[in-house]
Formats: sequence, C-alpha cells, structure tokens
Amino acid sequence: MIDLLAICAFNAAYGNAIDSDALEDWPNFFTPNCHYRVTHIENEREGLPTGLIYADSRAMLEDRITSLRLANIYERQRYRHLLGVPDVESADDTSAVARTAFMVARIMATGETLLFATGVYHDRFVTLGGRLLLAKRVVVCDSTVTDTLLALPL
Amino acid sequence: MQEQQIHWGSSALTRVPYDVYTSPEVMAQEQVQIYRGNVWNYLCLDAELPQRGSYRTTFVGNIPVVVVRDSDDEIYAFENRCAHRGALIALEKSGKVDSFQCVYHAWTYSRQGDLTGVAFEMGVKGQGGMGPGFCKADHGPRKLRVTTFCGLVFGSFGEEVPDIEEYLGEEICDRIQRVLHKPVEVIGRFTQALPNNWKLYFENVKDSYHASLLHMFFTTFELNRLSQKGGLIVDESGGNHVSYSITDSATVDASYKEQGLRTDNDRIRLKDPSLLAGFTEFNDGITLQILSVFPGFVLQQIQNCIAVRQVLPAGLDRTTLNWTYLGYSDDTAEQRNVRIKQSNLVGPAGFISMEDGAVGSFVQRGIAGAHDLEAIVEMGGEGTSSSEGRATEAAVRGFWKAYRRHMGM
Repeated sequence: MIDLLAICAFNAAYGNAIDSDALEDWPNFFTPNCHYRVTHIENEREGLPTGLIYADSRAMLEDRITSLRLANIYERQRYRHLLGVPDVESADDTSAVARTAFMVARIMATGETLLFATGVYHDRFVTLGGRLLLAKRVVVCDSTVTDTLLALPL
Repeated sequence: MQEQQIHWGSSALTRVPYDVYTSPEVMAQEQVQIYRGNVWNYLCLDAELPQRGSYRTTFVGNIPVVVVRDSDDEIYAFENRCAHRGALIALEKSGKVDSFQCVYHAWTYSRQGDLTGVAFEMGVKGQGGMGPGFCKADHGPRKLRVTTFCGLVFGSFGEEVPDIEEYLGEEICDRIQRVLHKPVEVIGRFTQALPNNWKLYFENVKDSYHASLLHMFFTTFELNRLSQKGGLIVDESGGNHVSYSITDSATVDASYKEQGLRTDNDRIRLKDPSLLAGFTEFNDGITLQILSVFPGFVLQQIQNCIAVRQVLPAGLDRTTLNWTYLGYSDDTAEQRNVRIKQSNLVGPAGFISMEDGAVGSFVQRGIAGAHDLEAIVEMGGEGTSSSEGRATEAAVRGFWKAYRRHMGM
C-alpha cells in the first residue's frame, strides 16, 4: 500500500534534488514512459494541451537537463521548493493518485529571492521494481505569467 | 528635474542612444505617437471570438481594450474604460456577453462600445439623475478601427493608418498567408514577464544575427544546418520583417562533415529525438519563418510549431510577452502531438527561446547609467534592405526607421 508518508518522502526527495542542483537525478523520479508537463490553471481549465515544458518520456527529461547544463544560457539560479501535504485521492499497492500544493522561491545569483511559482502537482504514482515513481506529473501553476524564463524544472 | 532630450548622433540608423530604453519621457511619447498613432496593433485572433458576443480583453500599449464580435458578425474594439469614472468595463480575459455593464455604477454598453444605459439616469422619485444636457451618445469609450487579415485582428486609434495590406506590404502579406492559410485553433497560452524595455525584445525578434550565436541548443545537439539557405525581408516602412531558412537535404551530409568540430562518437545527441520529429506541411522547404509587424506582433513557424506573440510595454523596464500556440483545425491527432512536442522549443522555457527572456534583461541592466552612450547596429551595413544572408541587422535598422518616423525623431 502506497501511503501518505511514502508520497511525502518522495516529494521531499524530489524537491531536494532540484533545489540542491542534483538535476541529473531529477529524471530518475519518473518512469521511462512518464508524462511531465508544466502548465497553468487557465490552460488546464480550458483543456489546452500545450505546456511550458512537455515531455512524454524520461529521456526527454534527461535531454532537458543536458540542454540546461550544456546549451542554454540563463543566469545562475536556485529554487527552494516548499511542498504541501499530499491530498491522496486513491492508493493501492502499485499505484496512487495525489495532488500536492507547491511554492517555489527562486534565488538569483544577485542574492535576490522571489516567490517564483505556486501551484499544484497533479500526480499519478506507480511502483516499479520496488521503487515509487511518477508515471505522470502535471505541474499546474496558479499564475499564467512566468517571470523572465523557466529554466530549472518545477 | 530637467527634461531629458534624446540625442540621436546622426540621421543614420546604425547608432541607437541608450536613453531610448530608459527615458520616461520617451515611454510617454511612445504611448501617444505609436500606440495611439497610425499603427495597426495586434489584438487577438479571429478564432478567439468564435461566437456572437464572444469577447477578449487586451491592451494597446498601456491602454486596456475590449475586442468583441457583435450580432452582425463584425468585430469591434473599444477602450476598456467606463465613460463615467474610468473603471474597467470587462474584468475577465475572455467571455461571452449580450452587453457590457460596469460593476461600479452599472452603466451599460453595447457590444459595439456605445453607452446605452446610465443607472438612475432620470433619478429616483424625482430626485437626482443626470442633468438635462447629458446625452449618452456623446459619451462612451474611445473606439478603435478594426481590421482582420488572415484571421489576425488588428486595431488602430490612428486616423491616417493605411489599409492593413498596404501597412504590411505585399511580401509580408504573402508570408502571413503562407502560414495562416487555413483555420487555426489555440492549443495553449502563456505569458512571459520580461524585465526589459519592449523595444529590446522586438529588436531581438528582428535580429537574425544573434540567432545562431545565442541559441546554442541546435549546435550543441548537432542539429544545426550551417548550409541552410534563407533570407531576410524588410518591408518598405522598415517596421515589418521576415527571416526564414530552408532545409536543403542535398547539402546536409556535406555540412556535417564540414563542421568537423567533434568526432562522430563525441557527438551529443538527444536521447529522445521525437522532440523534433516533424512532418512536411509547407511545400517550399522553409522550416523556420519569423515574421514581425510594427509595433508588437510576431508570427512564428519553427518547423511545425506555430505561434503568435504579442509584445506589450508594461513599464520602462517591463514587457509583457503573450504567447498563443496554434494548431490547424484539421490537424490529425499525430500532427497535433508533433506541434505540442515541438513547442518545447519556444516560450518561457523553450530550448531556443528562453535565452531571449534573459538577454533583454542583460542589456537593460548593462545600460544603467549609459545615458550618453549608444548601441552599434552596423552588422550588414547601414541599410534596411532585404538580403539572402542573415548575418545582418537590417531588420533592426528597419525598426528604428519606422520608430523614428512615428516618433518624429
């Protein structure tokens, strides 16, 4: 049985991977055929499918990290994820559906900290090889506006 | 405080005084001379007003505007400002109405922007009410001239703005038609808040010189085609442009060898190349077309990723960039999926466009205190003419040609 505590621990490790710049670990939180999308509440409400980021495989997530490391140009920045208590909609031994609120602050190289994004993760978890993984994470931001750019994943 | 005068060193378009990005006086003048002047401002898509009564709210410069389809199927646009006390008339981004009513004192407006009702106009029980000389027809929000071209809705406050076809010029018209040749559907909307003056973003769109230097995604993953043919078109006014490139399959192999920067084994490739797996939908071989219309409209075709961008000034060093991603109404599910995947290339998190959000900020911060200095815009000469090469700033100079004419500078 996937329980609340397991999902909480998963989310804590997920946020920590991004916030501690262990970005190469980030795709490992997903299944090989995962769906990951960053969108906002208005697109979601209207059923508009395009994301700020849209991936339908773990390999695409790995490509994004490679691109961030080698190709893309953006100022050095860090995030701090604050994740709420998951609202578990359903759970059994091999899968779970949950929603978790998030707040993400962005810390720039200048030292400035700003509230960058808030929203809700719409998640479907599965167990694979004894590990809990995300089969689907749709990041639904509350704001329709992105400040400057979205480099690091949410 | 002494009024700041912009000093243009010469009539040439190769130097741009940095003051033009930092002066509040310039910003105020732009609102009058450009946005309220003889230009066509992009408002929305015809497809975003699907029914009679459908409306959207947007901006022309800093002016809030309502765009709405009335029962005669015509599109109307007027200032989103109640004639009474100036409150917003429409509060939502979009919706469907029979008429508009200001929430403050319930003054009502038709879908054509006419003031049709004043609450308690005759007073209550003989007390109060408007004066006898008050005539509703004399009051109402300012209306814009509205025109549509290939499903794009433009509005103008100008009395002397030419017809849209003339404003765009024949070549730009053809290039819009090339992309918007059949009905479209919105498949996503995102807004990017840019920490820089609007002109820096609009110049960046017109700057074909930076593309292969700043955006390293394609070169890093060995996706770039050095052999790509293409060109730059700048219209007669200077304000509108098209930059395009063509994939020529005959030269692909040679160009790979010519690069010779890394051995085959060292090449970094996408682990999931489906990101870029596209399909041929234009028979001219053009895989990238970036088009801009003065003062704030962009139409892009990057492979199968089609989008419009609206560039709006939100302050001296703030710009609102509205992205609307499109598909064609007759897309198959597979085609739609390709567009959605390729949209990873653009927008605030786009592999080849996130940098455009950063560089404007780098310039805006870099020019602090540089009020007596100027930028160099001399790549490719001094002119604004079209060319086959893209290592040129001709379209940027074209922007300044149009800008200075409107601003009387």
